[in-house]
Amino acid sequence: MTDLDTFREETRVWLEANCPAEMREPMGEDDICWGGRSFEFSSPAQKQWLDAMASKGWTVPAWPKDCGGAGLSGAEQKVLSEEMKRINARPPLQSFGIWMLGPALLQFGSDEQKRHYLPQIARGEVRWCQGYSEPGAGSDLASLQTKGVDKGDHFEVTGQKIWTSYADKADWIFCLVRTEPDEKKHTGISFLLFDMESEGVTTKPIKLISGASPFCETFFDAVKVPSEQIVGERGQGWTIAKYLLTHEREMIGGSDSAIFAKSDLISDAAQAIGLDDAGRLDDPMMRADLGKFIVDEMAFDAHVAMTRAYMRAGNELGARSAELKYLGTELNKQRQSLRVAAGGADDLVWEGASNDAGQAAKDWLRSKANSIEGGTSEVMLSILSKAILKMPG
Amino acid sequence: MEILNEDMGLVAESASGLLSKSHPITAFRALRDSGVALGYDKAIVGEMAEMGWMGIALPEEVDGADFGFRAAGLIAEEMGKNLTAGPFVSTAVLAATVLRTAGGDALAQWGPRIAGGEAVIALAMDEGVKHRPNRIVTTATKGADGVTLNGRKSFVVDGVDADRLIVAAKSGDSLMLVMVDPQTAGASVTSQVMLDHRNAAVVTLDNATVPAEAILAEGDAARLALGAALNAGRAVLAAEQLGVARAAAEQTFEYLRTRKQFGVLIGMFQSLQHRAADLYCELEQTASLVAEALNALDQGRDDAEALSRAAKAKAARLGRQATEEGVQMHGGIGMTDEMDLGLFMKRDRALTEFLGDAGHHTEWLLRQRGI
Repeated sequence: MTDLDTFREETRVWLEANCPAEMREPMGEDDICWGGRSFEFSSPAQKQWLDAMASKGWTVPAWPKDCGGAGLSGAEQKVLSEEMKRINARPPLQSFGIWMLGPALLQFGSDEQKRHYLPQIARGEVRWCQGYSEPGAGSDLASLQTKGVDKGDHFEVTGQKIWTSYADKADWIFCLVRTEPDEKKHTGISFLLFDMESEGVTTKPIKLISGASPFCETFFDAVKVPSEQIVGERGQGWTIAKYLLTHEREMIGGSDSAIFAKSDLISDAAQAIGLDDAGRLDDPMMRADLGKFIVDEMAFDAHVAMTRAYMRAGNELGARSAELKYLGTELNKQRQSLRVAAGGADDLVWEGASNDAGQAAKDWLRSKANSIEGGTSEVMLSILSKAILKMPG
Repeated sequence: MEILNEDMGLVAESASGLLSKSHPITAFRALRDSGVALGYDKAIVGEMAEMGWMGIALPEEVDGADFGFRAAGLIAEEMGKNLTAGPFVSTAVLAATVLRTAGGDALAQWGPRIAGGEAVIALAMDEGVKHRPNRIVTTATKGADGVTLNGRKSFVVDGVDADRLIVAAKSGDSLMLVMVDPQTAGASVTSQVMLDHRNAAVVTLDNATVPAEAILAEGDAARLALGAALNAGRAVLAAEQLGVARAAAEQTFEYLRTRKQFGVLIGMFQSLQHRAADLYCELEQTASLVAEALNALDQGRDDAEALSRAAKAKAARLGRQATEEGVQMHGGIGMTDEMDLGLFMKRDRALTEFLGDAGHHTEWLLRQRGI
């Protein structure tokens, strides 16, 4: 038996003993465990599962042990993920801290910062949000204007952020601010961490076309941020932000991405529309669209699997994260469009007796943001054309 | 993106080395301009045999290299990039897989000759203008002196000057695969030069009688052998088409980086940058799908058929995008014979039809999903 076989065996036994039955049921958006100071667990089992996994370092299996992780190798991570999938175990914890801030801190943070912030993320104690976009800095993110003035022992932060995901529910923020007003736009930005309960921070949820309010406007009025809460050097913020964005894009692009509502599109369509005498979907045009979608989805799934293997072998994805983000989000928009088209009038129902009334319509509307958030499809194509294809200009 | 193990890395490297040096696009042009009906240089069969490629899908007992379809796909992809003409898919993939799956004396007899580059064997299956393996009407009738074939086979790729034809026919309600010597009385092979300057024969069988030993398989065994060959052929052809698309796209990207209009390099224009980047993304995900299909075949997985069909469908859509965008972005020069784009476009068109287009395979996938 190889070491990996032993690891698989032990993992299987441990998961079997520690994953509560409830945590093996299919999950909806409301069942996601985000963690944080004010998070309300939907059940005792959810908390039990989080604590058990965190004690093994398996909420962030790749991170070093002194940062709350388990220091697993690529092959071991794959085994863990396969074994979790085998029993349909839910992810114990999902958060921007895991997906985005963690990788950035591991790369750019000081040892003190890593040991202080990362274990809190791993245990689900602190929920983070991301302060990037501003009203005047969307796709042109580097033109951001929120100021951070050096006051000796602290920065005084003043300005406004927008599209801050779950800012009203987050405990801390990682935030891009302009600390060097005389530098060029890319080199005048710093990466600060601060508590959302600091004086001068206010948030205001934005109601979206889906009716949900996952994003906020966030205002900073002379917020005091202690100087040691800067990550990296002053003026290095853009480099860190770009590194972090590649992780965000990998996350958004992944086929099991948390933001893509998956459903059994094909059988739902068959159910809703019916089949003709020859056993074909009784809507030839939609059937052709579904056929194209099936092939594209198979291609994308294969590409995600290939990309994961590539990264497990120790390769950095770099600009190629834009390729996954572009393909994955455009595919999901296609999926949701087909789903509501197949649902017809049923999926126009916004409020109704059934629990999932309006869900397909809401998922469809939500999906329109996929190709905007984390960098628009157009920005992705521009990145690829310059970084990979070496186009001029 | 895919990480090749050492063996596969060597296959890809040697294929790229041999083909770009000995059989590049200029060689294909010379072959075309010489007007030979065969459409490939006969010497290439021996060269490919020497590399172990002709026996790539055959077991070692019959002198095969038994290197698997992933390796065959890597070779086919390089053939696509270099527009290398040769009876690789027809003989080393399709015929070899029929023989290997059917087994028996025919494998022992023909396996070593295929692996040694001594025999070219073409699959005579299609009958109408589109690939419809379930609608074969050519008949095979068993009699005292063997089996008698009647029918007309079209688009028999590499059928010109082939040593043998594997004919798919109906014996009553069941499928039969028969090894036919094209010299048999009643069999005639008409040579056709196709738009991609490869050969595809029309074969007519007018009471052509061959000995009973020529039956390779019938009934379920024939269906199994043909099915295995078609799955392999689909995935390997998808790899070749991916190669064609890659080469067309590379030439186009290079043109965008060097061509000036309005006083600037045209690659500065965002409308072209975005189309180029979209094409790049499609190339990469198609490459992953093709690799996944070939791996599934080598691992004998249940999803191999669905993946090989999806790969063939996706590669057809990609090839069209790459060659059409290539010509359009080159502008007028892209329409000239001097540029390679037209050659890629023509090869791409033929590859799409060979073993079924995107619609054909997508239809199967829709059926498989129950709609």
